[in-house]
Amino acid sequence: MSKRKSKDKSLPIGECISQLQAHLRLRLLQLAQPGKRCGVESQHKHLVELLKRTVIHGESNSVLIIGPRGSGKSMLLHDALKEILAVKELKENALAVHLNGLLQINDKIALKEITRQLYLENVVGDRVFGSFAENLSFLLEALKTGDRSSSCPVIFILDEFDLFAHHKNQTLLYNLFDIAQSAQTPITVIGLTCRLDVMELLEKRVKSRFSHRQIHLLNSFSFSEYRDIFKELLSLASGFPDMNFAEQWNTSIQSLHENKTVEDILQKQFNASKDLRSLHMLLLLALCRVCASHPHLNAADFVEAYRLRSVDSKANILHGLSVLEMCLVIAMKHLQDTYQGEPFNFQMVHNEYQKFVQRKAHSVYNFEKAVVLKAFEHLYQLELIKPMEGLSVRTQKEYRLMKLLLDNSQILEALQKYPNCPTDVRQWAMSSLS
Amino acid sequence: MTSFEQFPYQEKNLKELEKHIVCRDSQLSTLLAIFGERPHLSFPSIFIYGHTGTGKTYIVKTVLSTLELPYAIVNCVECFTLRLLFEQILNQLYDHRPAPDNEYSSYERCDTFNEFIRLYKKAISSQGFGNETIYIVLDKAELLREMEANILPAFLRLQELTQSNVTVIFLTEIVWETFRPNTGCFEPITIYFTDYSKVELQQILSSDYPEEYSPEFYASYINILLGVFYTVCRDIKELRHLAALNFSKYCEPVIKGEAKEGDAHKLWRNIEPHLKRAMQTIYLREISSSEWERIQQEDREASHLKGLSAHAHVELPYYSKFLLIAGYLASYNPARTDKRFFVKHHGKIKKTDFLKKHEKTSNHLLGPKPFPLDRLLAILYSVVDSRVAPTANIFSQISSLVTLQLLTQVGHDDQLDGPKYKCTVSLDFIRAVARTVNFDIVRYLYDFL
Repeated sequence: MSKRKSKDKSLPIGECISQLQAHLRLRLLQLAQPGKRCGVESQHKHLVELLKRTVIHGESNSVLIIGPRGSGKSMLLHDALKEILAVKELKENALAVHLNGLLQINDKIALKEITRQLYLENVVGDRVFGSFAENLSFLLEALKTGDRSSSCPVIFILDEFDLFAHHKNQTLLYNLFDIAQSAQTPITVIGLTCRLDVMELLEKRVKSRFSHRQIHLLNSFSFSEYRDIFKELLSLASGFPDMNFAEQWNTSIQSLHENKTVEDILQKQFNASKDLRSLHMLLLLALCRVCASHPHLNAADFVEAYRLRSVDSKANILHGLSVLEMCLVIAMKHLQDTYQGEPFNFQMVHNEYQKFVQRKAHSVYNFEKAVVLKAFEHLYQLELIKPMEGLSVRTQKEYRLMKLLLDNSQILEALQKYPNCPTDVRQWAMSSLS
Repeated sequence: MTSFEQFPYQEKNLKELEKHIVCRDSQLSTLLAIFGERPHLSFPSIFIYGHTGTGKTYIVKTVLSTLELPYAIVNCVECFTLRLLFEQILNQLYDHRPAPDNEYSSYERCDTFNEFIRLYKKAISSQGFGNETIYIVLDKAELLREMEANILPAFLRLQELTQSNVTVIFLTEIVWETFRPNTGCFEPITIYFTDYSKVELQQILSSDYPEEYSPEFYASYINILLGVFYTVCRDIKELRHLAALNFSKYCEPVIKGEAKEGDAHKLWRNIEPHLKRAMQTIYLREISSSEWERIQQEDREASHLKGLSAHAHVELPYYSKFLLIAGYLASYNPARTDKRFFVKHHGKIKKTDFLKKHEKTSNHLLGPKPFPLDRLLAILYSVVDSRVAPTANIFSQISSLVTLQLLTQVGHDDQLDGPKYKCTVSLDFIRAVARTVNFDIVRYLYDFL
């Protein structure tokens, strides 16, 4: 009865769209979403098992989760932690400490953060007092006095683990692994990293204390699974307030799932990268175009979103250059062609440009040298050219050796798209050897 | 798309946005779509790039302030240390201004990113922003790359780190590819602000016409201005500056009664050479804009005036001039030709040696070469007709030329034993110096033989 009632309830279209956006944005942007795990079931089981052993039996462990960016490391960990902490008695006697290599850039900050998250005695409010040595001895004391059976297990989560390996002497890592090795307070150290060679970064003494347990997350799914994920991500769940709208939406997603254009775009995206985060971004961009007057996604939205994601940024920048700057880029291209990629200075570029002006273009582009130099410096400012040596080496502006950071094909392509490009400039660019 | 009715903001605000922003409709609608509704979760980071003067800062600022969204905007040039950067963001969130009564202190001290995250969370809970998206705008974001390595990746994943609804917007001229750190990071959404086309430039520049003239009159002026400057410069700020400076000259014939507002050809004849001169002077900042305006008022010919670079000659002592000339010759001539140039009764040197010159080896193209002190002195004795004693004076003049940055020392390996120098003055400069001592320098330069 109640089910039918909720089905009858329908909301105005604007409200529906707003709800839809809220739902899907949350799903696509937050890691904590309860999504279906795709291809990581065994890793998930492994991790949960490991955490259980710490939390229930008081075993100390250490593990590294390794995988490329956007492969769901944090999500996996988050899922596992949630599953562990959902059991009520476990929640009461396990503590989690979250550290991030980007935030805790040295051991001093990391120690303070640990102390703060564990609410030890020298924390007042959320400030931590005491020197580094005090904090360290304090923390070690607190962890050492415990034993397997009685004290509360602590789970250390080190995000961006590779950055912790760059700390001086790797003190933090050494101490954490050391506690995990010896029979003290049960702790689990979980490191998340995207570097496959992370073991080479560790010192020998740190490495020997690490359990060498690694969980690899590789995006090992096929294209058909990828398409299923696409459908899954966009479909509305049964909890949506307006069921009529949700049904309509889901059928439209189903038809998109079979659409050939969408499939092509997904294939291209899949070929470029398999990570799901880039898929999320693509879907979000398409989703942004949904509004009250355009309530359902169509293939054109995806085409547009894909176009936005895949434009060549250098070509964009080239498009906005003035004709004079474009001429200089062409002159540099010619110099690169004739001298096989050797560096050039402004004097040579100007010389090449002068040859063009004198021979081909009939003094239309005959600007003063200082004006040309200003254009050259604008190119430098846009980082289309790069000096060979640092600026500390004092040479005259004209004679500083530069390198062009553009490809020949990029230049030619940009020239095709250049608005109102003068014909002689284009011809000059085409003539390979001046 | 010109109307933004589909966006969930108040109509009044959208109308105002439409009024303030011209020629940026597609960018504006993309931005509004990405922002979404206030309580919705927004993108963690948006990277906006485009040429200078395409309205990046202006649009982001106007959108955020007109729609009354909570935001903090900082310029990374101003905030050259992390502490300044963090404290400015926090100050803006707390709506706190450094003032005399709080001794110009910021709201809270914050040195590290770790502290920043803690204080940021405190700020949003205490200021009652609730679930709204908070925008942090970092202008001139290319400078973030030169700060510590963890700053840029941490700002990119600020939403995840703070567990709150925050969007970080980066504004810059440089493309995203040069920002990416080597271990990767959270990829932002990149938006390109396209450059203005000629038509759009014309439209924008013509919109701020002076009241005493008709818009068509000003529009035709802008048309001429773009005709002269468009091939060289597309920067709207620069063009606007030039338009403001030269307009008084343009309407001069109308004021004097020599031409009417409709006489397009006459007006063009009057202004075109003037604008061409402006490109050589005012565009290069040879003449300051105040001086340029004074010239126009006094009705002098603009080209008579010497610019900054014309003042570049320095008054040097007699021997210093010759030292500099000798330095120039040593820098730009290959050592094997010294005998031919400077020894009086040199043996016959085959002409073919000189004919084998190649454009690629020209030193005026490659830049000055370093030379040892001995060679400089040898050339000096040869080019000065009288006897020069190698006194302490001569040597101190060499080092004073180095401090004047007319010569530079290369290598820095030894100060006394055989130091090497390079001459860093231009050909025009050395010619002017040589003329004052009646020395024909071009005759001695290998490149001009």
